Amino acid sequence: MDTLANLWPPVRLTLELASITTLTLLVVATPLAWWLARSKARAREIVATLVSLPLVLPPTVLGFYILIALGPDGPGGWLASLWGANTLAFTFTGLVIGSVVAALPTVLQPIRNAFQAVGDRPLEAAATLRASPWQAFWRVALPLASPGFLSAAVLGFSHTVGNFGVVLMIGGNIPGRTRVMSTAIFDYVETMRWSEANILAGSMVVFAFVVILSMILIEKRFAGPRV
Amino acid sequence: MKVRMIAAAFGLVLAALAAPARADKTHVAVAANFNEPAREIAALFRKKTGHEAILITGASGAFYAQITHGAPFEVFLSADEERPRLAVENGFAVPDSRFTYAIGKLVLWSRVVDVTNGEDVLKAGNFRKLSIANPASAPYGAAAVETMKALSVWDALQPKLVQGSSIAQAFQFIDTRNAELGFVALAQLYGVKGGTRWMVPDKLHSPILQDAVLLKKGADNKAAKAFLAFLKGPEARAVIERFGYVLE
Repeated sequence: MDTLANLWPPVRLTLELASITTLTLLVVATPLAWWLARSKARAREIVATLVSLPLVLPPTVLGFYILIALGPDGPGGWLASLWGANTLAFTFTGLVIGSVVAALPTVLQPIRNAFQAVGDRPLEAAATLRASPWQAFWRVALPLASPGFLSAAVLGFSHTVGNFGVVLMIGGNIPGRTRVMSTAIFDYVETMRWSEANILAGSMVVFAFVVILSMILIEKRFAGPRV
Repeated sequence: MKVRMIAAAFGLVLAALAAPARADKTHVAVAANFNEPAREIAALFRKKTGHEAILITGASGAFYAQITHGAPFEVFLSADEERPRLAVENGFAVPDSRFTYAIGKLVLWSRVVDVTNGEDVLKAGNFRKLSIANPASAPYGAAAVETMKALSVWDALQPKLVQGSSIAQAFQFIDTRNAELGFVALAQLYGVKGGTRWMVPDKLHSPILQDAVLLKKGADNKAAKAFLAFLKGPEARAVIERFGYVLE
């Protein structure tokens, strides 16, 4: 039972981090995906490339730059100075920022695809019925794109749960604040506490299985007869 | 004509691949704090013997886990004495091959605060974050904790600690000034300009003995044995001392 008491805090922290990151991601990614799907601007693909970079860059590169950006010389340090701190590294907020950047491409892509799949016609139809663009977005585009949002949320959540490199680079391994499941497993392996590592790692495997299975089921359900 | 050219090119590639194979190679797992001196030593080693030591740098704890699961390393330069000892006890290393190649020096270092009088700085505690290596897996982290306990500042400073997964990361947190100060290895500060430092007195923590061991995979590897012999020799010892380690 003692072991369980030690294992629970990183699990709880991971779930909190993934939930808050996913919510933040949906808020950030939705307008961006809408713009990327609808705009004809030339800069569009440049922006799309920029936000997709974390997909290709190793987490160490990402973590290193985020560490600098969060620090006293970066915007993070400036932001932190508003409440008297000097860095956002080693904080829960810092982890959320890092995780959002890292998971943005995985969340953006399904939403953008979903918006693109909606196409012009339903929106034009809404316009002929005197819906304002705002109403058309909320009442027509968003409901039609909801499967995309569902997969985006699942992907963003699971990506954050599985994030290791970025968290390791900016977290500082503080129990209860920045010590999440993936870094806890790393610690347990390094300190030869393999039974604890096994429990956490095993539950990650089960989690990943459930995520991928539910993704497949979501796609099957929505991609079926309607298209 | 074309075929002949391709054949010639192919022959060249084969020759290039075959040539260095005559000299032996060995894979050496090196603790993060010893990375720089190990590179110099490997260069000298190659010049002298023609053998090549391929260095893999990382945390000693991670290396031990990998070695017990069949990692293809022939030599292990750990940051502690415990893991090489365990490697021998559990049959992953050659008995009697273990020796102390360096004794580490712990330093308090900062780019922000003046830590010249480190003891006073630690007791005053006028800083937000203090960086150390993970004490559970990194010997320099454990020595840092012992030092703080010896100075009776452990309870006060514990909430300010941030941990790097290795001493290299602890250094990075301080170097980027995300942590105002922290404990690092003296060897890491070799060639580093700026900041202030305080040499932690040896009496405040148990000595950081760094042991090397010949792994079972390298028991018959000529280059591996030659590398360990070279590590005990005068050329290597000169490099080790220059980087700020103490020798036995």
